[in-house]
Amino acid sequence: MTTGEPVEDLLRELAPQVLGALVRRYGHFDACEDAVQEALLAAATQWPRQGVPERARGWLITVASRRLTDELRSEAARRRRETTVAALAPVEESVLPAPGEQRSPDQDDTLTLLFLCCHPSLSPPSQVALTLRAVGGLTTAEIARAFLVPEATMAQRISRAKQRIKATGASFEPLPEAERAERLRVVLQVLYLIFNEGYTATSGPRLQRLELTAEAIRLARAVHRMLPDDGEVAGLLALLLLTDARRAARCRPDGSLVPLAEQDRSRWNQRQIREGAELITATLASRVPLGPYQLQAAIAAVHDEASKAEDTDWRQILALFELLERVAPNPVVTLNHAVALGMVHGPAAGLELLARLDGDDRMAGNHRVDAVRAHLLEMAGDRDAARDHYLQAARRTTSLPEQRYLRSRAAQLG
Amino acid sequence: MKYMLLIYDNPNTREVFFGEQGAELMAEVDAIMRELTESGELVGGQALADPSNSKTVRVRDGVPAVTDGPFAESKEQMGGYLIVECEREERAVEIAARWPNARFAAMEVRPIMDTSGDVM
Repeated sequence: MTTGEPVEDLLRELAPQVLGALVRRYGHFDACEDAVQEALLAAATQWPRQGVPERARGWLITVASRRLTDELRSEAARRRRETTVAALAPVEESVLPAPGEQRSPDQDDTLTLLFLCCHPSLSPPSQVALTLRAVGGLTTAEIARAFLVPEATMAQRISRAKQRIKATGASFEPLPEAERAERLRVVLQVLYLIFNEGYTATSGPRLQRLELTAEAIRLARAVHRMLPDDGEVAGLLALLLLTDARRAARCRPDGSLVPLAEQDRSRWNQRQIREGAELITATLASRVPLGPYQLQAAIAAVHDEASKAEDTDWRQILALFELLERVAPNPVVTLNHAVALGMVHGPAAGLELLARLDGDDRMAGNHRVDAVRAHLLEMAGDRDAARDHYLQAARRTTSLPEQRYLRSRAAQLG
Repeated sequence: MKYMLLIYDNPNTREVFFGEQGAELMAEVDAIMRELTESGELVGGQALADPSNSKTVRVRDGVPAVTDGPFAESKEQMGGYLIVECEREERAVEIAARWPNARFAAMEVRPIMDTSGDVM
């Protein structure tokens, strides 16, 4: 008999496979998704007590199919069209996979599901919520807790997302080659958002939020297994591993933030750093097209490989930022580029680059510009101006721990 | 980003809401609430009782002093709030602009602090 986490892990692994099997057979993505969620809940309550059935996947498919046909039947009854429903039964046995034909359709299904949940007609928060539920196998309550909203709000977002997908007429079929690259970019962005939501958490229902980082890494691993030759998928997985490796050191027990330069590096997860570094090294050597995730992973790897902050190879980081500005220019990259420039060529060079963001509407009123300016001014020895900008950044941020950190930096300058 | 929409009243707005126009205004409010519920943007909200029911609490030199009435002696008083989660501030402002109180008194849109954060 299995209890606790192993059951949960198994359910999350099986969730997209079961959903894929159902949608492929019946269509009705939205109704199937509800049915699978109910089957997962049933399993989560029964399996820890009664043990995991021998054919766990088949069990879930059977239970979900029953729920689905019940639902479709009553739906049809409402519409007085019982005849069409008769064609849906019998379901249970025929859906069970023949022994031996398990693996590859499941993998394709998971990818197809990811593409569907990350449909471009949905807003990023909806993509995130639907991905966590349909592919990640999390319950609505878990997702709601992780995003600090009432369960009813999250349920509404998920159901609306499904309605919207239905309205677009998107079907559960592998995407045409021409659309894959663009849609994969959205999938990677969604996985990154899920990770970040968990990673930046400093308090609140911490357990649920930390689970988000694990979930994002798990999904990124799954996508990497399916598309091992895609450089950006490998890059994202490496970036998540290399960033997550520092998690234990980035926060004090009281929730206050520790900047990279002051982190206790003995608390970094060396196993994850090795895995991430090997992955990004192999990817960069394989001559696949360079992309922003690979470059960000490479930068994270340079940071992680320095055993002391003073040993950081800032020249290499600067070279990577120059490349990143060419491949994927955006103001956040410029901001971090300015920090690297300051470390290599001195604060004046960093401030000069930062000045380029002054007229940029995308960063207007953004506290990070003030925070980086303060940091560079502090390096330049201009304590008064540095303090003013730290305080300005502290007023502008909507993050409590960042505000606390920025105020403490200002206070240190007297 | 989560925003609190602070709903301000003045002595006139309460009269208007209870007057002839009241039903129409409440229908506007209901429509917005329905839309926000359906879109999954509504996180919460409450209406506050009339400010004449308020007690203001001050502690000076360790001694609490409780007085009747609201803290600020202004005509504009907070009458309730909504919490919405929107992708952009523009959307929160748009919701505020449609709330009837914006026409009679004012709405204030203010970001809610969160406990997530990251520093370099």
